[in-house]
This record gives sequence, structure tokens and C-alpha cells, in this order.
Amino acid sequence: MADTGSGIGHSVPRKEDDRYLRGRGEFIADIRLPGMQDLAFVRSPLAHARIRDIHVPDNAVGRVFTAADLDVRPMQVVSALPGFKISDQPVLAQDKVRHVGEPIAVCVAPTRAEAEDLAAAVTVDFDELPAVVDMLEARRPGAPLVHEHWGDNVFLETVVEDDLAAIRASAPIVVRRSFRTARQCMSPLEGRGVVAAWDRRLEQLLVYSSTQLPHIVRSGLAECLGLDQGRLRVVAPDVGGGFGYKGILLAEEVVAGWLARRLGHPVRWIEDRREQLTGNANCREHQYDVTAYAAADGRLLALDAEATVDAGAYSAYPFSACLEAAQVASILPGPYMMDAYRCRTWSAATNKPPILPYRGVARSGVCFVIELTLDAIARQAGLEPHEVRLRNLVPADRMPFDNITKKHFDSGDYPECLRRVVAAIDIPAIRARQATETGPIRTGVGLAIFCEQGAHGTSVYAGWGIPMIPGFEQAVARMTPDGGLELRVGIQSHGQGLETTLAQIAHEVLGLPLDKIMVVHGDTALTPYSTGTWGSRCAVMAGGAVATACRELAGRIGRIGAHLLQEHPDAVRVGNGVVASVTASVAITEVARTWYRRPQDLPASVDPGGLEVTAGYKPLRDSGTFSYAAHAAVVQVDTELGEVRIIDYAIVEDGGVLLNPMIVDGQVIGGTAQGIGTALYEEMPFDANGQPLNGTLAEYILPGATEVPDARIDHMETPSPYSAFGQKGLGEGGAIGPPAAIANAVNDALHPLGVEITELPITPHRVLRALLAARVPA
Amino acid sequence: MKAAAFDMVRPAALADAESLLAQPNSSALAGGQSLGPMLNLRLARPALLVPIAHLAVLREVSETASSVTIGACVTHATIADGGVPDIGLDVLARVAEGIAYRAVRTRGTIGGSLCHADPAADWVTVLTALGADALTSGGRAVPMREFIRGAFRTALTPGELLCAVRIPKLSPSVRWGYVKACRKPGEFAHAMAAVLVDLDVTRAVIGAIGGAPIVLEGAAVTHAPDLPGLDAIDAQMQRIILGRAMAQAGLQSADLV
Repeated sequence: MADTGSGIGHSVPRKEDDRYLRGRGEFIADIRLPGMQDLAFVRSPLAHARIRDIHVPDNAVGRVFTAADLDVRPMQVVSALPGFKISDQPVLAQDKVRHVGEPIAVCVAPTRAEAEDLAAAVTVDFDELPAVVDMLEARRPGAPLVHEHWGDNVFLETVVEDDLAAIRASAPIVVRRSFRTARQCMSPLEGRGVVAAWDRRLEQLLVYSSTQLPHIVRSGLAECLGLDQGRLRVVAPDVGGGFGYKGILLAEEVVAGWLARRLGHPVRWIEDRREQLTGNANCREHQYDVTAYAAADGRLLALDAEATVDAGAYSAYPFSACLEAAQVASILPGPYMMDAYRCRTWSAATNKPPILPYRGVARSGVCFVIELTLDAIARQAGLEPHEVRLRNLVPADRMPFDNITKKHFDSGDYPECLRRVVAAIDIPAIRARQATETGPIRTGVGLAIFCEQGAHGTSVYAGWGIPMIPGFEQAVARMTPDGGLELRVGIQSHGQGLETTLAQIAHEVLGLPLDKIMVVHGDTALTPYSTGTWGSRCAVMAGGAVATACRELAGRIGRIGAHLLQEHPDAVRVGNGVVASVTASVAITEVARTWYRRPQDLPASVDPGGLEVTAGYKPLRDSGTFSYAAHAAVVQVDTELGEVRIIDYAIVEDGGVLLNPMIVDGQVIGGTAQGIGTALYEEMPFDANGQPLNGTLAEYILPGATEVPDARIDHMETPSPYSAFGQKGLGEGGAIGPPAAIANAVNDALHPLGVEITELPITPHRVLRALLAARVPA
Repeated sequence: MKAAAFDMVRPAALADAESLLAQPNSSALAGGQSLGPMLNLRLARPALLVPIAHLAVLREVSETASSVTIGACVTHATIADGGVPDIGLDVLARVAEGIAYRAVRTRGTIGGSLCHADPAADWVTVLTALGADALTSGGRAVPMREFIRGAFRTALTPGELLCAVRIPKLSPSVRWGYVKACRKPGEFAHAMAAVLVDLDVTRAVIGAIGGAPIVLEGAAVTHAPDLPGLDAIDAQMQRIILGRAMAQAGLQSADLV
């Protein structure tokens, strides 16, 4: 097809931005239904306690509901992984609360403020139990039990075991470190929210929810409410950011659904910042003990790791409490080669909110660990960090490459990516500057390189046996009678521009103008089933499905067009918005008009399926695409105040063939901002009783415009051999690299002072504590 | 969260505000940049809210040969934008433009900030260092050092409003330093210090310490301050910030670190 400037590879402006930027979008809190009432939840003030009694004031009866009123099943995630322990998560706590913020009762009132008044009038008698707050304490014998019948606090333990004895006995370089990453609160601009209403005509529960996974929410709701899935419709309106926070079935959704049916009027719950920060799911809290063995030249021989993930009190639906830790075990080796690998992981239960996968699921943590470990090896070997990496990265001529954990790296040139970022950051100039620094401000440079598995499918997830295993991704492509194109997809765009990129793919195939292509998503009644938007899968999976459906549609259009042109179907081509033979052409608009409005003009042999196609798609291999990137950070550390300032940041990213380079850059920049949050700012600490301490955004610090540098982004475009256009999933990558690159830069700056930071986030207090400790002779 | 129910009565004149605020559990509402979130979090639960930002008398600005008087409901943004006379060195505008974010500065007021008396507030430390007086509806002129009684506590009595602050002008030979440490621009400071060297005054004020600011006068300024209740790290941060503020004001700070 001729290059129209709108197809694959073009930075066309985002179709959805017109309504977003003019404030004309419709988010969950914009929805108003007649008779709708607001919900507020009575939430546990304690981390661990038995509920003795719940007192509802007499004048609140009928407006306050507890577990005793609800006939719903708890949220439950089963997994096929051996040894996995199930945690029933009640939608309203029944006899025990297991974290601060757990819902105990729901209050219904005309306004949220009045619902909160009701909630304040409900009193709960508790017998407080000792809380288990730290994941390592949780694993110790005798720790208080989050789920008594388990006998311990471990959701799942996994083991990857190689024999390391020979390497242990002979490796010239041995590096031992412990690392820790903080518990974070995913903080999309828009929090969660749900509006539920019973549709009497369809006898159907209509649930609007700010979710990434409408179809999965429908399945989960049906299971909890005991409804046939046909009696449920889930609609995701405009969704203001997800990042994993909205990839979950919510207790609030179940409660709202039950209430809407019971009360006969619509109800809504709009999460506020306090609920988001103190009561709802957290992410990213890991602890590692790592021993790395290397040859004298810095070549990695073996990695021996024990990792614990603080999974919180419950296994959240659908991803389970174990995704994070099992992911750690399978991706800790990063983009590197090694001879042997051993890793034990524990998913520990604690009296904290459940952990959820956040952008870059586990990768920001493991990247931090392996990249700091490589820098430690470099220091022992007396080499520049990039030299050690170049000796260990999978080389381009071995692609595709099956790594030590059987990850199948599809394509790419990792060493070239690193060389480019090293050239961009000018390390010799930084070394020269460091040599002259004697004052309190110290400069450091740090690197990180990683790969990101995206769009992994059935073969990867089948072993998990969790409630959602992705299969074929489907898309519907259908012409409207006036020649427009509707694409119906089960994934959910929650800010990443999929209404544009999917339209670009359809345009690439059919050549219809972008403004005549409408992407319909976020509605279980209008779209084919999908596991939704997660795991950097949409560009590959939904993109592949749209391409497949559009190609099949093109065939049908071509056959009708050929008839109109009085040509043999093999003699015409579809593209650029027309069906063309060598001598003549007919517009696709005319083909659509003929099918819908002038059927008398159709050939007798016409495909009765018409101009509506549902097609399913899987890549040629479903083990995932592997985009990869190298990040380089230059920081200045104020060694008197412990402050870290990023003064330069360079990224080289390979996302395969880029569908829309501008959107890709947006993904990289946004992810990098979140990675900077992980590196320097974001942390939800808990006290010894399990009380969350950073309850507002004045305490829970998010990076803003002044904290995010103007990163320089360079692209490589190595096609994936397995996807429809060579594209790779890269939605998460930006968030993965910054903690490692920034921590390495800080450690590079502080190395002359005898300090090495191994815990995130790198706050002024942590830096000063380390510097003060280094001043005191051990 | 949403605020609990409250009554709101808009006074027509300062005297009305005074009588309304004499009622138990009443609270004045100026810019609402601190009180608003506290209402929503239900940390503040006044029965009666008395908005005062519209009272023209509280937004007056005047100037004499020796001082500038700024009405309590003048916003940080007005001060940052040069909307009040300069006391010297453009000190007030430079402080104001570093307060929180522009949106907060647009509504937040100098008097509201002082009456809220958050220890980390810029004006609490700066106006103490500048030797300003709080002028109240009771006709009192209370030195800032006495006006701020502690964290979130002031010398105002029930029914008494802060009407204005009177800030002495600086001499041509003044030296001034003001430094704060924040996790990011606009966030609450975790260490701050203001240093004034003018004619016979040498004064350092340490803020963001969880109570009323610490005031050091004269020779005491150049010695490492006693910082009770701070751990080693917080104490170091405060001493470093003080040292940097002193350096801005041209003072030696050899024994601070």
C-alpha cells in the first residue's frame, strides 16, 4: 500500500486526545444514573483482629450492610502451581480482619459525605491480634498466622536448583549482597471506581468499572454473585491510568453489584486517595539475598538467590499472590548468560493489603538486583560496569536465544543497545569530572540493561492454572453501511493510545482514513472475550487480531469489489481505501453500500458473512516478544543532605517495529517517571502494628514534572520474528530500568566515601544514614 | 473522604466575623489550602465555618518608612507576583514563589498560613526571622516569635482574627539567607532556616522541627544549635541547612557540621 502517513510507523496524533484534552472524556465519576446513591465502606482500623461484634445504629438499619447480610461467595484464586495455598478473600470481613483498610461494612446514602457519616456511626468490637508486618518475620516459625489453617505464612515456595558446588569452590570473584525494595502504592491519576445498576428489561446487572480487564471482572463477579455470566455486563468507560492497579476484581465491585440488585437502584463507589494509599492493593515489596560468582574477567558463572515477596494478606483475583515471586525466579538472570542458577522464592503472607502486579511486574526489582550485582562484580574485577555487561550479554548472533530459565529471547542486539547508551552518556567526561570533585556534591553514572517479555500467551500461563489464561486474542472488524470501519476488541485502553494504534493497523491493511475507523473497547456486551490489558500484550495481541480480521475483511471486500468491477477476484487488490484492478477501481465505501443497501447488486456466490469478521490471533510463537532497553543515569548526590538529583538520562529502546513512535516515546517517558518514583520517592512504610504511615500524597511522594528529567531516547527496531508486523510489547519497560540505573549512579558517586546503597527508595534519610554509618569505623 | 456536615455563614464585615468566630467550634476559612484537606479528611470538624477571604479590610496592603503591612488574606501568589511593596532584597516575593505549587499559592494566604501554624510553613520561619508583628482584630501587635506557640498553635484567642502582618523594612546593609530542604519542589520542608543580619540584629531561625521555630540571636547564631528531639540524621540536615542559610547571609558556620 502507498505510504499515507497514517499507517504503521507514523507518529499520528492520538484520536482519543481530542476528548481527553478538552475535558470531554467520560470517566467513572462522570457517570450519573437516575436514583444513584453513593457508597462508603467501614474499613478496618486494625491490621489483624477478630471481629467480635458490629453495631449498626437503629436509624441506619437498611442503609448499612455487613457480611451477615450478603449472600455472596468470597473472591478466590486457585492456581495449579504445586503447594499453592488458597486464601478466601471475603468481600466484607466476616470474623477476622487481615489488613488495615479491609472492608467490614458498606453504607448507602444519597451522597458520599452522608455515607461516610453512616460509616462513622458504625462501631466494631475487635479482639486485636498480633500483626505480622515484615515478610521475613512472617516466614519465621512462631510468627502470628494470617490464615491459621495454613500452619505458616507462605502462599507458595518455588525452587530452581542447579548444582553450584564446583563454581562455589573455584570462582575467583564472589559477590554477596542483600537488597530490598519498598512497598509502593500504584497511583494512577484516576483511582478505582464502580457504578452498578440492575437493568430490569435485560434482567442483567450492569457494572461500570474503571478496570483494565472488563471480561475478567465479569467472570469474577459472576462467580462471587452466583449469576450466570449472561446476566452481567461490565463496561469500562474512559480509564485514567491502570498500570496493574485496575487489573483486579474488587471487593467493592462485588458489593456494589449485590447492592444494586438488592436495593433496586444504582449505587456507586468512587475510591478516594486515602483508600488508594492505605487500604487497597500495593506492589513491589521484595527482599533478596544474592551471591554471584564470576570469573576474574567479570564473566558471570553462577547466580544463587533467595527472594521473598511480601504478598500481603490475600491472593488477589485473577493474578494471585504468587505471580510476583515466581516471576522473580524466572527473570532474575536478566539479559545475561551464565552457567548455573539457583533461586528459591517465597510469597509471604502479611497483615498488609494484597500485592498486585505493577507495570514491569517484578522486573524493576530484579533489574535493580542483577544490575547492582554486576556493578559490584565490576568493582571487584576493576572494570568499567559496561565492560562487564558486554562480557555477559547475550550476543546478537545467538538470537533467538533460550536463557538459563528457558526464556526464549526472540530477537535483538543487546550489546549494541548498551554500546549506544554508553556513547550517549559520555562516561569518560564523567570520570574526568569525578576526579576533580572534593566537595559535598558528588557525581555518579549508572547503567541498567534489561529485557521485557510481552504478549506471552497460553504456553506460558497454562502452568499457572489461574482464572485467566490468554488464548487466541479476537477482534471484530465490521464495515458500517456508510463505509466506516468498526473494530471491536476485548482489551481496554486506559491511556496508552490503543484507539489510535489499532486504527493505524486497520488503516495499514485497508487504507480507510483514520477518522473513519472507530475502536470499540471496554464493554463485555460489545466486544469479544479477552483477558484484557496487561503484560504489554495489546500491540502484539490486539494488533495482530485487528490485522487478521482486517485481512479477512479485505478478502471479502475484494470479492464484492471484483464483482462490481467485473474482474476475477484474483485480479484485484484491496488497499488505500479502494478495490483496484489494473484498469479500474471501486471505493470500499461503495462496496459497503452495496452489501448493506443494494444486495440486489451482489454476486450469487457472495460470502453470506458479509462485511463483519471475527478473527482470532496468536503470534507464531506465544512465548512472548522481548523488547529491551538500556538506561543510563547521571546523578549528583548532595552528601550533606542526602539528596539525589538526576542531571542526565539516556535511554536506548528496542521495541521491534514501532506502530506509533510518538506513543512509544510516551510509554517510555511515563514508565521512566514511575521508575524514578520507585528509585527515589515512593514508599509506603508500616509501623510494627501494621498501620500504613503515608496516608496522603503529602507523605507518599510521587515524582512530578520537576523530578523527571528530559530523557534522551534513541530507538533500535529489531523486528520480532513472531508478531504480525515485527512489533514487540514495550508498555512496561520505562518503569524497569530507572531504579537500577539511578542506584548504580548513586553508588558510583558514593563509592569513594565507602558507601553502597542496596535499598529502595534512595531517600535523603537512607543516604545520610549510610554515610553516617560509613564514617564510624566498624 | 468528604467533609462532615458544617454550617457556613459569610460575614459582611470584620465585626460579624469576630462575633461568629466567638462561637464554640467555629473556624475561619481563608484560602482553604490547609483547612480544605483537613475538612475532607475529617481531621477538622468545625460546626461553623466563617469565610473571610472576601473581606476587603483583610486584603489591604500599606507601607510606612519603616515597615510594610500585609493583610492576612493577601495570597502567596500576590506576594510572589510583586503585589506588595518590597521590604528589601525582594525577600517576600522570593519566599512566596517557593511555597507549595502555583495552584496553592493562588488561593493560599499569608495569614491563613500563620494561623494554621504548620511548623514546616515558610512564613512561620521567615516572618519570625524578619521580626514581624501579628496585628489582630483585638488590637494587639504580637511579635511573631510569640504568635506561633507551637505546632498548629497560635496566640489568638476565641473570636480574635489575625488581620495583618507588619514586617520591618530591611536596611541597605542587610544580609539575608533562607534555605529549605524538601523531597521535591513544593513539598513540605523537612529542614529550613532563615538568617537575618541587619544593623544591630543577628538572628537565625530554624523551622520544620515539629514545634515552634527555634530562634537564635546574636552570638548564639554561630554555634551549633541544640536541637532536642531530633535524631542524628534530622539534626545533621537542620545544621547543614542552617549553615547554608548562614553562608547566604555571609556568616561563617565552621562548627555546624
